[in-house]
This record gives sequence, C-alpha cells and structure tokens, in this order.
Amino acid sequence: MNRRNDGTLDRRAAVAALLRDPGELLVVTGLGAPSYDVAAAGDRPQNFYLWGAMGGTAMVGLGIALAQKHRRVLVLTGDGDMLMGLGSLATIAATGAPNLAIAVLDNGRYGETGAQRSHTGLATDLEAVAAGCGWPVTTTASSMAEVEGLRERLRRESLFAVLRIAPEAQPRHLPPRDGAYMTDRFRRALGVAAP
Amino acid sequence: MPSRPWQAEVYAALKSAGVRLIGYVPDAGHAHLIEAAHADPDMLAVVLTTEEEGIALAAGAWLGGQRATLLMQSSGVGNCINMLSLPVNCRMPFLTLVTMRGEWAEFNPWQVPMGTATPAVLTAAGVHVRRADRPEDVAELVAACAALAFDSQVPVAVLFSQRLIGAKVFAPGEPGK
Repeated sequence: MNRRNDGTLDRRAAVAALLRDPGELLVVTGLGAPSYDVAAAGDRPQNFYLWGAMGGTAMVGLGIALAQKHRRVLVLTGDGDMLMGLGSLATIAATGAPNLAIAVLDNGRYGETGAQRSHTGLATDLEAVAAGCGWPVTTTASSMAEVEGLRERLRRESLFAVLRIAPEAQPRHLPPRDGAYMTDRFRRALGVAAP
Repeated sequence: MPSRPWQAEVYAALKSAGVRLIGYVPDAGHAHLIEAAHADPDMLAVVLTTEEEGIALAAGAWLGGQRATLLMQSSGVGNCINMLSLPVNCRMPFLTLVTMRGEWAEFNPWQVPMGTATPAVLTAAGVHVRRADRPEDVAELVAACAALAFDSQVPVAVLFSQRLIGAKVFAPGEPGK
C-alpha cells in the first residue's frame, strides 16, 4: 500500500494562529479533532461545530456564504470529512462563492477512530483535487511561517488550503454539542433569528 | 417533458414562502422548476453532485438567515439519510420536493427499490412526508409544507407522484434526456 510522508505542524498551534483576532469571521468546523481545535482556540457564537453529518461541512459553509454575501466564512475541517464530501469541492467551484475559504487539517489519519490511515495518508493530494475541481487558488502549508501567511488570505480569497499537520492526537477540548443551541446562537449573532 | 401549469404554481408557492436558494440534482420531472430558478434574478440555483449536499447547503443557508429547498428524485433520497441528522438535530427547517420514480408505469427496474422505500426511509429519518397525486392539489400542498417546515422548523418532504409527473418514456433509438 502507498504511503505519503506525515506532516509536522502542531494542529492546536496552527488553528490558534489561523483564528487569532477572529473579528466577525464565521467558522464552520468538521466533526472530530477540528471541532476540538477550534473550541480550544476560543468558543464564540460565530463558530458552528459539526459533531456528525460527515462530509457536509464544506456545504454548510457554502450555504452560509451564499446567505451572508458580505461576511467571510471559513470552513475548518479534517481530511476524512473532506474526502467524504469531495463532490462539494466541485459544487462550490461551480457555484462560485468569493467569501468562502476552506482549510483542511490534513494528518492523513482518521483520528477519532484509532488513527487509521486515510486516503490522503496513502495516495491523495487534496490540493490537487480542489484545483482539478476548479478552485481558483489552492495551497499547501507545511510550516508555521506558511500558516501565519494563510491567516489573512483565508479571510480575503476563495482559497482552498491544506495544512499538513502531525498525526499525534491532542487532548479533546469539547465544544457545545446541542445543535439547536448552536444554531440559535449563531443566528442571533448574525441578527437573523426569528423573534 | 412538457411543462405543466401546476409546475409554475409550485414555483410561485416557493417564492411566496420566501425560498431564495434552490439546490438540485437534475431530474426531468423538476426541469421546469430548475429552469425557472436559473432564469430568476432573485433566486440562486445550485447544481449538486449528490443529494446530501443539498441538505447541508440548506442548513448553512438557514444559519445565514435564508430559506432553501432541495429538488431531487426518489433515487436521491437514499443518499441523504445520515445528512438528515443535521436539520433534525439542529431543529432547522428543511423542505425537499421529491419526484417519484419506480411506482407508475416505470420502465427502468433500477428505479423501483428506492422508489418503493422512499416514504418509509424519510419517515424513519425524522422527515414529515406528504404526497401530491393530483395537479389541482400540488401548489397548495407545497405552500402548506413550506409553512410547516419554515414556521415549525421541521424537515418536510413533498413527494410528487410519478402519475402526476408522467412516466419517463424510453423509446429505442431516441436520444435520452
């Protein structure tokens, strides 16, 4: 079986760097460790954490971006969720959403289930997949200096970024998991909740 | 497939309900709605690679304060099941219009299993299911289901029966569509 080299980025440090001074940034996270990483960087009403619905994170981000054209949306997810929703990369590219960016925390593993190797740990280059789907700008970050450079770009460009993170798991930092609560507080933060 | 008067009424009902975003996997039975959505500057139509994308899209739209609808055929319902946990768990509205296959003069046997399972599968996943059989009922049913979905914040599916839509004709030697 093929194997690709592991990344070395510390996932918590990388996510903390991406989300420093988040302002009004709207953040959607994929199930598992990406949700924990974003919660560890600081819970806020403008964060929407998925605990399931695997493969759907990017499309939730697209829905928000289309509804809130003047706000920036960042999807922060893992390689497993992105692999399950590969088709959404084509859908987003075909639709065009200038206010949406995706950052994939790619450790080449299914971390939540025992660190089995994922397709990105074996054969697949997600940046190349996104480019092939028609994403106008794609990149891969392997160092913290490159991650620091992504922070502003993810808030300005239709950017698809892969962050090559280390396979080591981090302690779970659990965000809220009541979907109705998170939905209501997110909508209130945007001022779109029904009276 | 020629468009029918009730199809324009259904589109008008979606507009009246405040729907501004339509996700779809193409289906001949929805062709009129899809064309109308693309032609309407106040509607955004998003073509999906698979139906469950439309559930996540609608969830995101709701988070952002917008109402969305998913158009699909019954074969696509099977692709949606786990993603339905999103509106159910988050107490979000979800409205889908489903054209039925495999139940009325169906030529293609591959459409029969999912067509047969569609109402039970949707119900089991927590979706309220309503069925349109008669042209004169469709627009009112869609309007009522949109109100149920968006006002009571529950997932709702409207099944358009294959008899209502007209069975797809497979003639040898003719181009498919």
